[in-house]
Amino acid sequence: MGNKQTIFTDEQLDAYQDCTFFTRKEILRLHGRYHELAPHLVPMDYTNEPDCKLPLALIVNMPELKENPFRNRIVESFSEDGMGNLSFNEFVDMFSVLSEMAPRELKAIYAFKIYDFNVDNYLCKEDLEKTLNKLTKEELTPEEVQLVCEKAIEEADLDGDNKLSFADFENMITRAPDFLSTFHIRI
Amino acid sequence: METDPVFFTDRSGRITSNPLLDQLPSYQSLLYRRKSSASSNKRRNSSRGRLGSSSSGKWGMSTFTRPLEKQKSQVTEQQPIRELAKPMAEKRRDKTQRLEEAQELSNWRQWRRSSRRYLRRLKDDTQEWLSSMKLWRGDIHLIEGMFGTGILSYFSFLRFLVVLNLIIFLIKFIFVMFPIIVAPYASGNITYNLNDAGVCSVYPSSARRGLVIFHEHITDLLSGGGFLEQTYLFYGFYKVDKIHFTNVTYNLALAYLLSTIAYLSLSLIWIVKRSARGFKRNLVQDEDRFQSFCNKIFAGWDFCITNENAARLKRSSLLYELRTDLEEERIKQKIADRTRKDKCRIYLIRLILNLFVIGVLAGCFYSIYIATVFSQEAQMTKVNFIVDLIYEYLPSIVITVANFITPLLFSVIINYEDYSPAFEIRFTLMRCVFMRLTSIAVLLFSLWSQITNCEKECVCGYNHLLYSCWETRVGQEMYKLTIFDFITIVAVTIFVEFPRKLLVKHCDCGLAKWWGQQEFAIPQNVLEIVYGQTICWIGTFFCPMLPAICTIKYFFIFYIKKVSLIKNCRPATRPFRASSSNFFFLGVLLIGLALACLPVTVSVAQINCSHACGPFVNFNTSWEVLPTTVSQLPSGAQNLLFALSSEAFAVSFFVVTCLAMFYVIALAGAHKRVINQLREQLAMEGRDKRFLIQKLCQAQRLSPVRSPVSKSQPRRGSRSSPSYHTSFSSNFNEGVFLAHSPPDSSTHV
Repeated sequence: MGNKQTIFTDEQLDAYQDCTFFTRKEILRLHGRYHELAPHLVPMDYTNEPDCKLPLALIVNMPELKENPFRNRIVESFSEDGMGNLSFNEFVDMFSVLSEMAPRELKAIYAFKIYDFNVDNYLCKEDLEKTLNKLTKEELTPEEVQLVCEKAIEEADLDGDNKLSFADFENMITRAPDFLSTFHIRI
Repeated sequence: METDPVFFTDRSGRITSNPLLDQLPSYQSLLYRRKSSASSNKRRNSSRGRLGSSSSGKWGMSTFTRPLEKQKSQVTEQQPIRELAKPMAEKRRDKTQRLEEAQELSNWRQWRRSSRRYLRRLKDDTQEWLSSMKLWRGDIHLIEGMFGTGILSYFSFLRFLVVLNLIIFLIKFIFVMFPIIVAPYASGNITYNLNDAGVCSVYPSSARRGLVIFHEHITDLLSGGGFLEQTYLFYGFYKVDKIHFTNVTYNLALAYLLSTIAYLSLSLIWIVKRSARGFKRNLVQDEDRFQSFCNKIFAGWDFCITNENAARLKRSSLLYELRTDLEEERIKQKIADRTRKDKCRIYLIRLILNLFVIGVLAGCFYSIYIATVFSQEAQMTKVNFIVDLIYEYLPSIVITVANFITPLLFSVIINYEDYSPAFEIRFTLMRCVFMRLTSIAVLLFSLWSQITNCEKECVCGYNHLLYSCWETRVGQEMYKLTIFDFITIVAVTIFVEFPRKLLVKHCDCGLAKWWGQQEFAIPQNVLEIVYGQTICWIGTFFCPMLPAICTIKYFFIFYIKKVSLIKNCRPATRPFRASSSNFFFLGVLLIGLALACLPVTVSVAQINCSHACGPFVNFNTSWEVLPTTVSQLPSGAQNLLFALSSEAFAVSFFVVTCLAMFYVIALAGAHKRVINQLREQLAMEGRDKRFLIQKLCQAQRLSPVRSPVSKSQPRRGSRSSPSYHTSFSSNFNEGVFLAHSPPDSSTHV
């Protein structure tokens, strides 16, 4: 499997294996998935590190992300330009963090980024309201949304500033038993 | 919001924080952990004050962060690259950097590092290979995608039971059946248990003679009698005492007893190991309502869902959960507002209803007892094919009917008892668990009362007239229970669930709407298979091939349930959390195991084993094999074993275990208290921080008069540390001259 392929050099595959939670086979498979998103854009030969980025619109239509209410934020958090255009490196990075084997701390860092809609490094009430509305597709009444956000901040805010900093969020997530099993995409 | 000096709105109306906050050491160390390039981009967009701190305060910030970086790089040395939160390009740069650094290290370190990497790769590859070998991986993946992680845990529980039963069967096979099968080929000489010429050792053959009608074979197959009785299937066949091979004598009686103990211990250890993870998590949570809103918002959506229907249903179940939680809050408030009179009324109602439940349970148990007694007596006389079969299966039928009615009854009763919704679910479940497992106990108890019930006095210790080989009879009852359980599951799926789906799909009448589409009720399904597994554990002593039958049974149940799930069911509107569900399954399974150990222990140690069949003919009870064998060991080993089983040892062991347990509980309590104290301290520190920043800002506003003076002063060097001052003055137009202002600002508050 590793000898016949010409997509990556051995060195590159090695680097990927060290930098992500995937094995060689899985990385080649991921490349296949990346390629089939835009066959005319993505080169089959990655040995000389082509600079190819796929736009947000293509990636959020993947079957694994299509039904996810946070798909836009997920892709944006992993893109370097913040607009959701992913190169293959970022693509692999995204699925590596969301894979089964990534540790809780790493997932918590990226989860915080994903839920931080206004990117101010705090989860303020507006962020929470947006999260909740995306989760329930706005089927809760505004009073209910207010109540729920207030209660959530009350539960998790440790330093009393009425918003969740990363420390608050991480502390809360370590006590959320479902986090590891739900914050996980199988590809 | 009034003008908050700590968190204020800038011109674009966004809430930003005071630039002072960005200079706090805690924030700087947080920055280092993040994706530096992307976050610096975003920071540039959000606030102008931050731009100042990141670019112009270079001197201040770089002197500040460089020592921090050095520290961090030493710490992250140990951490594998892939666990860092950095973009891929940076990770690869890190990797080459580490490789370069590795060249500078000594050979020993290099070798250690490369071997660690190699081992990690090996571990990853082996794990991947092992998981690809896992049974039903593709099917479970599919179910996870369609229905989420709650139902997934049911199916992986089923898979666990298949593997467990297979291992139990292998234990029994290797130690009990295999030597007997292999003996003729390995030149082994089997000594059979001799029949004493006594009343107790008469074993009339139950094989049918003459022309056997076909349906009698079916009766035999379904009831374990007739041609099946004298086969490897049941205890009675193993009349072997010892097998003499060329060099060694194999004591089969001892092997039979020890393999029983072995499979019970193995099950216990495996289940406890599997549940340890979930148990630890449950211990960490103080109460059930702790952090429930945060859990739902941040860890509620199952990212594995790929199906549109499943997504829609997940959304509605989250909605339902959130509304239930809000409702719970309201009810908690209501309970707190209850008057004394209300409380008395509710306690009275609960007492009456609990007595009613106890009465219902007693009624069910009594009917099981009567059915068993009747069935045992009716097996003596044969009427005709169908009626015989019904009499054989009467206990199973009564148990199944009772287990069908009681959950419905319980779920109706609980509505009147006015508990909180979460407690309601759990309490009903506990009642159902109790019902299911105790019905097996009642069945066995009634069997035993029949077996040890002689007209005058039991000559052999049991009723040898009716039950010449009582272990085989008990084994047959367990066999019948297993078969009937399987038939019930298949029949309910085919004759109830499929028609229900057709009815709901094609018929628009009110009945169909009210009944609704089938939901996969996880708790009831789990109770079903735990019930089957408990029977298997009890029955394996009497019917050594029962684990194999159970393996095949669960194998088929997997596919039946999977097909039924995919074709008939919609996901439950009341979701079942994956984490607590694992703990729940294994907890109920443990209760089943504890219950199963009891009858086996009583059979082995208390009741006289039959003298007409089985490996323990020469002993009074099955347990006596052990003392007899021990007395044949060398005296050193004997003394050791006697010491281990003496009361002195047992009592001191118990005391030591109690002490250890108390210590651990005290430690856990102390940790909880420390955590609470730390949490309060953290909140206090946060308030201190805000207070100080407010004071600083006030001081700032007071000092515009001094600003021209203060700007020149830092160059001369000041009383406070230079880096602190420089970074401040480079940020603000009005320098904050901390060394001078405090006395003035305090009087100006």
